[in-house]
Amino acid sequence: MSSDVRFTDFKSDKQPTWCPGCGDFGTMNGMMKALANTGNDPDNTFVVAGIGCSGKIGTYMHSYALHGVHGRALPVGIGVKSANPDLEVMVSGGDGDGYSIGAGHFVHAVRRNMDMTYVVMDNRIYGLTKGQFSPTSREDFETATSPEGPKQAPVNPLALALAADGSFIAQSFSSDAQRHTEIVQEAVEHDGFGFVNVYSPCVTFNDVDTYDYFRDAIVDLDETDHDSSDRDAAEAKIMDDDTEYQGVIYRDEESVPYNERHGLDENMAEIPDGAPEDATDLVREFY
Amino acid sequence: MPDDLNWAIGGEAGDGINSTGKIFAQALSRAGRHVFTSKDFASRIRGGYTAYKVRSSTERVESVVDRLDILIALTQRTVEENMDELHEGSVIIYDGERTMMEDFEAPEGMIGLPVPLKRLAEDAGGALMQNIVALGAACEVANFPIENLDEALEKRFGDKGESIVANNRQAARLGEEHVVEELDHDGFDYDIETTDNDYVLLNGDEAIGMGAIAAGCRFYSGYPITPATDVMEYLKGRLERYGGHVMQAEDELAAINMALGAARAGARSMTATSGPGIDLMAETFGLVATSETPLVICDVMRSGPSTGMPTKQEQGDLDMLLYGGHGEIPRFVVAPTTVSECFHKTIEAFNLAEKYQTPVYLVGDLALAVTEQTFEPEEFDMDSVEIDRGKLVDENEIDSWLNDSDQFQPHFPAADGISPRTLPGTSGGAHMTTGLEHDELGRRTEEQEVRIEQVDKRNQKVETAQEEENWDYREFGDSDADTLVLSWGSNEGAMREAIGFLDEADIDVRFLSVPYMFPRPDLTEEIEAADEVIVVECNATGQFADVVEGDTLTRVKRINKYNGVRFKADELAERITEKLDATQEVPT
Ligand SMILES: Cc1ncc(C[n+]2csc(CCOP(=O)(O)OP(=O)(O)O)c2C)c(N)n1
Ligand code: SF4
Repeated sequence: MSSDVRFTDFKSDKQPTWCPGCGDFGTMNGMMKALANTGNDPDNTFVVAGIGCSGKIGTYMHSYALHGVHGRALPVGIGVKSANPDLEVMVSGGDGDGYSIGAGHFVHAVRRNMDMTYVVMDNRIYGLTKGQFSPTSREDFETATSPEGPKQAPVNPLALALAADGSFIAQSFSSDAQRHTEIVQEAVEHDGFGFVNVYSPCVTFNDVDTYDYFRDAIVDLDETDHDSSDRDAAEAKIMDDDTEYQGVIYRDEESVPYNERHGLDENMAEIPDGAPEDATDLVREFY
Repeated sequence: MPDDLNWAIGGEAGDGINSTGKIFAQALSRAGRHVFTSKDFASRIRGGYTAYKVRSSTERVESVVDRLDILIALTQRTVEENMDELHEGSVIIYDGERTMMEDFEAPEGMIGLPVPLKRLAEDAGGALMQNIVALGAACEVANFPIENLDEALEKRFGDKGESIVANNRQAARLGEEHVVEELDHDGFDYDIETTDNDYVLLNGDEAIGMGAIAAGCRFYSGYPITPATDVMEYLKGRLERYGGHVMQAEDELAAINMALGAARAGARSMTATSGPGIDLMAETFGLVATSETPLVICDVMRSGPSTGMPTKQEQGDLDMLLYGGHGEIPRFVVAPTTVSECFHKTIEAFNLAEKYQTPVYLVGDLALAVTEQTFEPEEFDMDSVEIDRGKLVDENEIDSWLNDSDQFQPHFPAADGISPRTLPGTSGGAHMTTGLEHDELGRRTEEQEVRIEQVDKRNQKVETAQEEENWDYREFGDSDADTLVLSWGSNEGAMREAIGFLDEADIDVRFLSVPYMFPRPDLTEEIEAADEVIVVECNATGQFADVVEGDTLTRVKRINKYNGVRFKADELAERITEKLDATQEVPT
């Protein structure tokens, strides 16, 4: 880790192919700033991305990175962090990636509480496959695959995280650059699974959950008397369907991450030239 | 009486059949006898017929046979299930005081020994020890010194306290004495030999786990599934001793992705599952290959398709392992043929994975996985383990792998197909990789030339490996014989013994056991030199036979078994004889 890292060091020389105005630009910038601000550099950072417009983030960032298969980014991040706890691990993907195909992994990653950060770019639509409804789409949101709306309740990812005993649950809005960066930064600094759901509008396919909508709807928790260490207060905010909150909603100050509980503190890449010294003990057990 | 002793205990699942069988097997092994065990088990926890069989000899034993000398029958069904294997003079030990066995009469010619197992167990301190009473009785029948049981009991019950161990020893002795004092035991005259040899007794799953630790595996993630679970249970607690970690994942998709993540972080990493899990892993398998991540994926096959017969033997996954996954995926498929080979091939699998930065399927089958066998401990020689981490580049060498803009090239199209590899944390080595087609930097591309270059590069690894590694077979029997028998996986043991039976009938065979499914040895010459070629495998369609025919453009004969039970040596000899007779009878 070096102290003179700038956030632009996390930028790759690949020009993003996101549509002009896509919320993912702001989401990514905030992630890069948060990494740099917390003293990380590209060589000690591992970014795992899912599939979707959002998943392209690994290509536009510069670090050790893996762009995996649809919905499975979290388990990859868990493997990386287990094997080398010195690495800063950040996982990112879309709402479809994380809450639909990957919903199972999401819940388990939350309760496993590995010390890493998960940033979801929630545009309430499937962008890359060109505009079908997503698990966070509104009940009446019309798309090619939901001409009269999906007619099913949207997933509340924050509620899922709270139910799974999430230790850090936050939400931000990609165009509020400063707050978004701060919130991701807090997630990185959190000892445990730092989860941030980011409103990251899709300007091409979603004309309901737009920048204007979020700008009007969002209430910043910093401007309320919300106490993020109060689980009941967090639950009330999370279950409040009428308001879009921004900020750290819940933080367990006592969180002990999985890697610490399981004593994962060595870099597993280091192995001896041959079998471990006392490996014959393993054979002896079978006498 | 032959020195060969075939013993079994059978009853309902939940009766402690497995642990009792294992205690007896260990006692025999510790007394310097070779042991080969097999299990009949149903896919349920309580109820359902279960048996644990032990074949033992002073000579090495490689398979099961159709013969049972001593049977401890906790239920009537146990006798019915094993009727074919019982013979004149077989001894059946049962509890005549138990309601379900009180009307039992040993079949004609066999010796029934009613031992009040439960009552004697209670005398020794608890009804739970009834199986141990039966073991004591069996020792007397076999004329096997009961002291040999003591250490095995200590091993099994030691952590429950000395008094439990003492009670169990007492229970065994009560069983022994009952046979001596109360029963006429002139009818049987087993007198099994013991030796001074020290053997180890283990199964294929355990050998895979031990091989993984020896090879420097540090991360294992898996989701429980029969018959692969033993690998995870073996590793849990042991891998941690060596600085590693076993993670029980939420499903197989997570398991393989976690293992992939750990491997990218630099750990030698493995996951194990059975067919249904391999199906789920297929998508990520392609990612492992295109991202050029070294990973060992172990498939312990069971009977399919779908949930099939989870506790039964089959070798039905070969096609999937060779061809599974969308698109074209370079891979290695290594299939150990014996329990000790499970150890050696696991080590080899880790080296292959890292040298070629490619996924390796390590293939076991249920018969191999759950069968325990004795070996000289030297067969698991830890000193000869070699670790080859391949083209791992550190900070000092990194300069030669950077492009003009100082970017590291993880997918550099080297002539041998193998690029340099940096582990996260290596300064100057940061790079991305993806399942999308990518350029040498790991960046997505659809450029035609780059696509071709990267596909060729990945496939080139297989060609390089084909030249550099030894993809050999194991040979047995008479190398000049006109009849050539081929098999893969656990059939080796039964086939090796079948050679002996065939020899007695004056039939010479050359037997090749093939441990590499891809790449694999070129068998054209061997096949051309033979008059008859027979491929033996546990599946219905002959997947390996198809492969051999395709490789050598020669028709082969097939011996297939897919009733869920492994081949037995005598059965195999018979089926080979039939195949050969049928050939000769063809009218001219
Ligand atoms: C197994 C699998 N199924 C389907 C797809 C097709 N697919 C690609 S992206 C995507 C949806 C992405 O939606 P989201 O995660 O919300 O990301 P966005 O594109 O909106 O950023 C789908 C269904 C795939 N790549 N893999
Ligand atoms: S389709 Fe939507 S989510 Fe995808 S890049 Fe365009 S604006 Fe962004």
